[in-house]
Amino acid sequence: MKFLPASDAERREMLAAIGAPSIDALFASVPQAVRQAPDLAAPMSEIEIRRFLGGLASRNANARETAFFLGGGLYHHYTSAIADQMLYRAEWLTAYTPYQPEVSQGTLQSIFEFQTHICLLTGLEVANASLYEGASALVEALLMAERLSKGRRRAVVSAGIHPEYRETVRSYFVNLGLEIVEVPLSADGTTDAAALREAADESTFAVALQSPNFLGLVEDWATGSAAARRVGALSVAVVAEAASLALLSPPGRGGADIACGEAQSLGVPMHNGGPLLGFLSCRTEHQRQIPGRLVGQTQDAEGRRAFCLTLSTREQHIRREKATSNICTNQGLMALASNIHMSLLGRAGLREVATQSHAKAEYLKKAIAGVSGFRIPYAGPTFNEFVVEAPGNAAALVSRLAERRILAGIPLSRWDPADDRRLLVAATEMNTRAEMDLLVAALGEAPK
Amino acid sequence: MSVEIQEKASVPQDRLRPEPRVEPLVFERSGEGKVGYSLPPLDVPDVCAIPEALRRADIEDETCVTEVEIARHFTRLSRLNFSIDQALYPLGSCTMKHNPRTNEEMARLPGFAAVHPLAPEEVSQGSLELAWLLERTLAELTGLPRVTLQPSAGAQGELAGILMVRRALEKSGNPRKTVLIPDSAHGTNPASAHFAGYKVRELKSSPRGTLDLAVLESAMTEDVAALMLTVPNTLGVFEDQILEISRIVHARGGYLYCDGANFNAFVGVAKPGLMGVDVMHMNLHKTFSTPHGGGGPGSGPVAVGEALVPHLPRPTVERRPDGTFYLDYDRPDSIGRLRTFLGNFGMFVRALAYISSYGNRIGEVARGAVLNANYVRAGLADVYHLKYDAPSMHEVVFSDKRQQEHGVSNMDIAKRLMDYGFHPPTVSFPLIVHGALMIEPTETEGKPGLDAFVKAMREIARECEESPEIVLGAPHTTPVRRVDEVGAARNLVLRWKP
Repeated sequence: MKFLPASDAERREMLAAIGAPSIDALFASVPQAVRQAPDLAAPMSEIEIRRFLGGLASRNANARETAFFLGGGLYHHYTSAIADQMLYRAEWLTAYTPYQPEVSQGTLQSIFEFQTHICLLTGLEVANASLYEGASALVEALLMAERLSKGRRRAVVSAGIHPEYRETVRSYFVNLGLEIVEVPLSADGTTDAAALREAADESTFAVALQSPNFLGLVEDWATGSAAARRVGALSVAVVAEAASLALLSPPGRGGADIACGEAQSLGVPMHNGGPLLGFLSCRTEHQRQIPGRLVGQTQDAEGRRAFCLTLSTREQHIRREKATSNICTNQGLMALASNIHMSLLGRAGLREVATQSHAKAEYLKKAIAGVSGFRIPYAGPTFNEFVVEAPGNAAALVSRLAERRILAGIPLSRWDPADDRRLLVAATEMNTRAEMDLLVAALGEAPK
Repeated sequence: MSVEIQEKASVPQDRLRPEPRVEPLVFERSGEGKVGYSLPPLDVPDVCAIPEALRRADIEDETCVTEVEIARHFTRLSRLNFSIDQALYPLGSCTMKHNPRTNEEMARLPGFAAVHPLAPEEVSQGSLELAWLLERTLAELTGLPRVTLQPSAGAQGELAGILMVRRALEKSGNPRKTVLIPDSAHGTNPASAHFAGYKVRELKSSPRGTLDLAVLESAMTEDVAALMLTVPNTLGVFEDQILEISRIVHARGGYLYCDGANFNAFVGVAKPGLMGVDVMHMNLHKTFSTPHGGGGPGSGPVAVGEALVPHLPRPTVERRPDGTFYLDYDRPDSIGRLRTFLGNFGMFVRALAYISSYGNRIGEVARGAVLNANYVRAGLADVYHLKYDAPSMHEVVFSDKRQQEHGVSNMDIAKRLMDYGFHPPTVSFPLIVHGALMIEPTETEGKPGLDAFVKAMREIARECEESPEIVLGAPHTTPVRRVDEVGAARNLVLRWKP
């Protein structure tokens, strides 16, 4: 087999050196009763694998061949060829966690740079080496706030946080004896500030707000920070569309203590929802409770600048059940892709991606508002995504348009079956005016 | 570095101190007026509808660099890394095997990489079918009926598995309080059990390094929800009494959790379902060869027996009688979800490509892995101490006991191996072996590579006796010398500042 380099003769020599009559003899400790060969097809050649998987791929509508307006926490943004081609280098692709810093300075320095980029974008002082994705990043942020509170049991979260993030928090929290209070949105689609203030009490360890929120509306970080500050809780800022960080006021400036969420927009393809790139940043005073891997700068024996994993006494391989988190791997390769992307686009490019996305979404929002029967229910400012109310069933509309290679948006009925006439529509720098005009024309023609 | 050490190191000149030894930070290459990107001109009116108070003016201190500099910077940085494609990377428990590039190519097809999981089902049939096929394949390999692909990595798979156990026990009236975990387990096991709301009771291993049945018998009360067992265990030893273990656990109404991190030792040869395992996570980045990428992304599917099927994370992928596929969110007894969307789909593509390339001959993987580990063991057993001499499967754990007599520790040996052109093994794990050197060569290493590794390890053992200062001062030939990790933790510098 092509991934097994031993020749027949070498195998025999190795068995002789071991003193075993056969490879089977090496499996003597595996009881016969549990042995069974799998019922799988014959091995496939590379040509057959390409045919097989290529066939499956061709049955999916991809963003390069459609007019594409899906978001909902996962966005189709520009990535440069150089980022992905760099990822193919074996030194990046086939290395592992940099436990041995002397032979891992590339990975370590790249993570250190990634941590710096995340700090610059969030306006906070410390960032970790990445987390799985946005929802579990929120869980980790809340658990971090809980540890720092030393005994408080309640998290207050806005209903404007991505529904799958909130569901993930519930799955994690239900067995830890922690309470989650969800604060509803007000009629304008943003978090009800008074209700948020009311829900946060002396037992609250965190108040969490998302901006842009799940409906695409920009929230004021100060709303969450004020409610948290009043009761001595930590303010958690959730970002599911990280491209927005280049245009919107950063969480750190809005008084957030922890910023977390999904950084896929910063250089990671959609990958049908994974692998993605969770991030978490915080203030210096809380850095010793940050979960996940962390790279620090230090020196080698000759005084040269060097990097290594640090504060690992927080982690599971040392602390076991007392660790700050059970996580082991981070998203190394995605953090590298993102570091390359952020470094390449930099100060001007990250900004231009954000302003273009916003301008395109504004154009599209205005155009859809002009289509008979369609409404934009919320008047507040949005970044690059907004809610559209259709004259009929939104899911049926989206399916009809998909036949014409227009992926118009995400029906909100996905999360609330009663919400069956509204959809989320996103635009990015990848959309052309022609594509947007096509969508608007198609909506105009759709049966009401 | 002295000529004498160079000779002792007996490494080719071209591996000595590769240039560059240090690379500036990307931020230090930044300069006003440099640009690394271009976007099309804006084809809609240039409006900004964000109120001033909610906007930022600039991203202070972000980079201004060109694409040329990015190409150089990241290529130079990459050369400071050791990787599998260079040589043996025997990091025990991590299964550092060759990563086939077909798999990379497949995962990057636009029909996989540029698709969105919330696109309508009718235009997502290819990805749904792929997830379904991978689930069926992993079910066949584990001998268990259903598999969730959702968990982001092994640790999240562990949590998902224990949460399902908890939900099943709750349904029958009592979630119980404790999870049993052998002292040889990965640190993620106790951490995951803790985050599922359980107390952890550690089980002391037998003198053979396996689970002590008498210890299990007395610990396995009706207060115990599950036993988390790594098979083979972290010493690379198969629990040959696995059927008796599962009988004891089941007799008290508990669940047998298998940590499948070491599935590479028996994939295609034996099935956890036949061992009485109720729930098992796998690491696609270990057994199924998805790349480790400098520390992730992982992917941690969990296979379950019938009793836990109702509690699988939501959504599941299902097939209709007409052959079309859909996502089933309507699962009232589900533990919920542990992340967004469907999981690390890009890893599903790679893993399915990998399994397809072996097909019904995938047992060759385990056979090759076990042969290689035993060959390394045979080559080193007379110079390195083997605390537990039970038969090895896919990895072997030595200790530094004999080298300690000369004042040399496992960490020094690890560093010295770098001078010989190898990545070190896992050190100081499992915790039950003091001064552990945990070696997992995997099946993708040929005899010449194994011979060179054995030779280097024997050479180092000799150096420990004859000239320990060479080992204590190692590494001598890496881009940087020994790194001050204590200093890093004491004086935290976690980001660049202008």
